[in-house]
Amino acid sequence: MLRQLRRPNLAVGGGIVVLLIIIAVFAPLIAPHDPIHDANLMYAGEPPSTAFWLGTDDQGRDIFSRIVYGARIALTVGLLVEMMNAAIGIALGLSAGYFGGWWDEFVQGLTNVMLAVPTIVFALALMAVMGPGIPSLLVALGLTDWAYSCRISRAQVLSMKSSPFIQAARTMGYGPGHIMLRELLPNIAGPLIVVATMGVGSAIMAEASLSFLGLGVVPPAPSWGSMLAGAREQLIVAPWIAVFPGLAIFVTVLGFNLLGDGLRDLLDPQGRSRR
Amino acid sequence: MSGTEKMTERTEDVLRIENLQIALRSEHGDDPAIEALNLSIGRGEVVGLVGESGCGKSLTALAVAGLLRDPMHVTGGRILLGGEDIAHLPNRSMRSLRGNRIAMIFQEPMTALNPLMTIGDQIGEMFVLHRGMSAGAARKAAIAALDQVQVPSAARRIREYPHQLSGGMRQRVMIAIALACDPELLIADEPTTALDVTIQAEILDLILDLCRERHTAVLMISHDLGLVARICRRVAVMYAGHLIEEQAAGQIFATPQHPYTRGLVGALPRLGRRLVEGQQPLTEIPGVVPAIGDFGTGCRFAPRCPSAMARCREAVPRTTQLPQGGRIRCFLHD
Repeated sequence: MLRQLRRPNLAVGGGIVVLLIIIAVFAPLIAPHDPIHDANLMYAGEPPSTAFWLGTDDQGRDIFSRIVYGARIALTVGLLVEMMNAAIGIALGLSAGYFGGWWDEFVQGLTNVMLAVPTIVFALALMAVMGPGIPSLLVALGLTDWAYSCRISRAQVLSMKSSPFIQAARTMGYGPGHIMLRELLPNIAGPLIVVATMGVGSAIMAEASLSFLGLGVVPPAPSWGSMLAGAREQLIVAPWIAVFPGLAIFVTVLGFNLLGDGLRDLLDPQGRSRR
Repeated sequence: MSGTEKMTERTEDVLRIENLQIALRSEHGDDPAIEALNLSIGRGEVVGLVGESGCGKSLTALAVAGLLRDPMHVTGGRILLGGEDIAHLPNRSMRSLRGNRIAMIFQEPMTALNPLMTIGDQIGEMFVLHRGMSAGAARKAAIAALDQVQVPSAARRIREYPHQLSGGMRQRVMIAIALACDPELLIADEPTTALDVTIQAEILDLILDLCRERHTAVLMISHDLGLVARICRRVAVMYAGHLIEEQAAGQIFATPQHPYTRGLVGALPRLGRRLVEGQQPLTEIPGVVPAIGDFGTGCRFAPRCPSAMARCREAVPRTTQLPQGGRIRCFLHD
């Protein structure tokens, strides 16, 4: 297992994600300042220095500290949203692939609708109804981005449904619930883990986008997206206010995508047999 | 075997298929695939079902297990398991029969086990599902079951995954799963086809020994007439969805009556034949099995039959009793 770390994608992506988790968990120990209450207009718009490693924003808050605390929001939202998406997508895809018939048609139709309309538009509409804030953010993003997990689990089930061990399970008297959860799901988990990992990245991206638009996490909570939004006016005079939160989003999404890529190589059945 | 035991075995039919009809649903109605199939198996009896690919052997087996999937469906007749008609049971009740009273073994031991579960769990779950055992008791029962199929050091093996076992071992595990709940009927669908010749005999003997001990009835599906003649008491021959001949195993080999059976027996290579008869090619049956919906009006074998008569192409012969015992569906015996 350890030599898998020689795969560069897995090592770099995994490293970034692990680092992020450490930063999020130990945020109070890492951040030198309070992300919200240490506002001091005396220090507003300071460039990076030894006192403020990444500079300060227009209210004099330490950008480094805000980014560190922002990791908590990004990871919480990203993981919870992807869990909801994965649960919905896998439940629909698994059952559609297994049962077929009208249920399959219905699920496929629903999936096509979700794929046709960009997730962010759906989420925007839901957020507009529910109002900003983390709970409505979770609902809006968690209910709208399950189409890929659904597609992939359905396709995997279709290709595995007729394999002898599934047929055998049927002759042993197992019902659909057992066959789907105990026989099919573990055997198709590989690609689903990959999709879910990358899904965390896009959920973080979506959270940042909605917060940027003022519909997600409400200021002064340190969301990377709302930090970007606040930095727009000072882009010329104080670029660091925008650059570092943007970099944080970029590295985080890259990390999850690399990790997903690395996991794909690792969990690919053909790759496994080559080992 | 004592005389009285023989008597009870004859009268107690574990499985009786009566006038079974299976059809393929298509846009212009039902195309019959299997027609008027009658077959019975007594307690502890081993019956062979032979025929070439596509003649309906496996379809019959699936119908008995209630596993026909759309567009195939039972359109008539009865399937009696211990006297109870199971042909039209709801799914849920059928599930409690499968693996419990009717078990199946398949051709592909390499892929018939879940690759991500230990074999102990796969055997044990049968006891949990059908016997309501606790996990601990199921584990013990799994070890015992594995022991019975002569897998060495069973207690250690139950923690292994299918890929750690050879093909023969996997088929032993499949047998352990199939016989876990002491089924009344075991359907073995070419259980040894995918195995090495040396392993084949071991596996067959194992199945037969275990079933003899438990008085399990066995429906042995095969296209290997030699194998079936060796291990079965009776042999039924199917062709294109019709059961065309049924005789005691010894007789069907020595005196096949239906032209199709004669063709099958004639097509078997026999050691030393060339010394007696000189160099001659093996006889073959020309042509292929007709497709479903393509059966025509007469005897389904007529187009390939060397002794076909005019009436063979006009009407389907009925099933008649053979004087030496057994049944046949042929105008030569009508």
